[in-house]
Amino acid sequence: MKSKKLWSWLALAFGALYFALPLLGTLEFSLRARRGVYSLDAYRSVLADPQFRETFSYSVVMAIFTILVGALIVVPTAYWVRLKLPHWRPVVEFITLLPLVIPPIVIVFGYIRLYNTSSILPLTGTTTGTNLLLMLGYATLSLPYMYRAVDTGLRTIDVGTLTEAAQSLGAGWSTILARVILPNVLVAVLSGAFITFAIVIGEFVLASLLNRPAFGPYMQLTGANKAYEPAALAVIAFSITWICMGLIQLVTRFSKHTNAKR
Amino acid sequence: MASLEIEHLEKSFGANRVVKDFNLSIEEGEFISLLGPSGCGKTTVLRMVAGFESPSGGAIRIGGQDVTHLGANQRNIGMVFQAYALFPNLTVAQNVGFGLRVAKRPRAEIKARVTEMLELIGLPDLGNRYPFQLSGGQQQRVALARALAIQPRVLLLDEPLSALDAKIRVSLREEIRDIQRRLGITTIFVTHDQEEALSISDRVVVMNGGVAEQIGAPFEIYNQPKTRFVAQFVGTLNALEAEVADPARGALRVGNTEVILSEPVTAGQGTPVTLAARPEVLALGRREGNDTVFTGRIVETHFLGSILRVRMEVEGQLIALDTFNRPGNPPPKVGTEAEVSVASRDLLVLAD
Repeated sequence: MKSKKLWSWLALAFGALYFALPLLGTLEFSLRARRGVYSLDAYRSVLADPQFRETFSYSVVMAIFTILVGALIVVPTAYWVRLKLPHWRPVVEFITLLPLVIPPIVIVFGYIRLYNTSSILPLTGTTTGTNLLLMLGYATLSLPYMYRAVDTGLRTIDVGTLTEAAQSLGAGWSTILARVILPNVLVAVLSGAFITFAIVIGEFVLASLLNRPAFGPYMQLTGANKAYEPAALAVIAFSITWICMGLIQLVTRFSKHTNAKR
Repeated sequence: MASLEIEHLEKSFGANRVVKDFNLSIEEGEFISLLGPSGCGKTTVLRMVAGFESPSGGAIRIGGQDVTHLGANQRNIGMVFQAYALFPNLTVAQNVGFGLRVAKRPRAEIKARVTEMLELIGLPDLGNRYPFQLSGGQQQRVALARALAIQPRVLLLDEPLSALDAKIRVSLREEIRDIQRRLGITTIFVTHDQEEALSISDRVVVMNGGVAEQIGAPFEIYNQPKTRFVAQFVGTLNALEAEVADPARGALRVGNTEVILSEPVTAGQGTPVTLAARPEVLALGRREGNDTVFTGRIVETHFLGSILRVRMEVEGQLIALDTFNRPGNPPPKVGTEAEVSVASRDLLVLAD
């Protein structure tokens, strides 16, 4: 018994070291911009860089749009599949998993081929068009996480009966979605949203090949040209991701009606 | 004019006909129960009235208006579900007011109506609670209030008591019936529990295999069942194999005992028939009058509190009889001989 416990602790310690050491190393390195003492110089330099602010806010705006569009596509789809097409679920699940199997580089080359300036839908011809394309690309990349989160959320409520109850009270489809389904899967949508946010903030391939000023390419550029700043950026990016994860937990805990037994 | 008319209603799922030529006319303010075993089509009929399933044939009219092809959200029907189906993200008051909000009624009207409904169901102080903070019985009452808030033309109750425990089931069904009477709302109640159906309905529709086997008042359904299924499904029934001895005299033979019925029999001499009797029309011992008397042996006794149920073997067949408990009368001993008497008019002959 005792030796078993010891091994568990050892495994845990090994895992913790494996994940934590590189992080700690990066953090320590990012603080050593000034010779001999720890300082926040690298962070100051990063935050003072107007390009950092531009690319970061660009990515945040893109993330928000991606989340909105993703939720608008995924929530009605997952709801409809659960309600009316349950036998199509494996197919839909397979489709939503495709972005995990197809590398972003393939997706973006496909986009560029399909939507270039000589195509019927020349999205890459304008800045707005390219932004739209990038946002749809992000929505595709986040599809596996968004769909799964929403589908799991839908599993916790009796979709069929709630729909019928709302119908008998005179509600149409849009009312049912907006007032009954969405509020009840909001926590799930939010957790999908935070993962989407984390993905969009760090994404490099799509943004770089579509030549948009996003945070991912900026990080790469800084990494190639500076010493301490990339470490600081990595720590910042990690913090953002972790704050997102923390927010998922918080939202889940503080939403009033979800305290119901499930 | 009938409040709700169902004519030649049909429903098939693929090759499976689950509702066959169902006809029912319900008067304003009537309380109708659809009673039957699971899979008999009763819920399908209800769901077609609600608009959740589209009929394969036939028509449904509410207050003279043909609603057969109208969407569920345009029928103005109140529905209460077995699983309560309260919106978990809304408070009790918001749940009750949901239908009125959808109909874009003024805020003040919604508030007044919600208060009125919560008082009607006896939960005036729980408006700010969430559904998960309520007991099952309370949730179902809120669901009832929510269905009634929109002043529906018809109220549909789909096994609303099945998920509740026994005591609440009885008190809530009386409460539902009371509210229904006060509002005078036409109601269809689906249940597989015959006691529930018999106790609160104006009329009961007994369904089997997608067909309405009998439609009638509870007293009629219980005492004059038209088919063998109705007789056996509603209440407990003793069925004795018998043979027609003399059709004109209404004489049957059960083993060695001759039974004289109050009416002549239509079947010919020697035809096997089933003689049926409810446990409560049988009495232990010999009574005054021209009762038929069987002699048999006590097989077992069940003491159920107010009622004593005795199982006996009579002419090689098992029967059950019920007597009221009397403190001075202990249950008969198992294995002893006993006589059972029954009046001719309490016997039923079931067609096979």
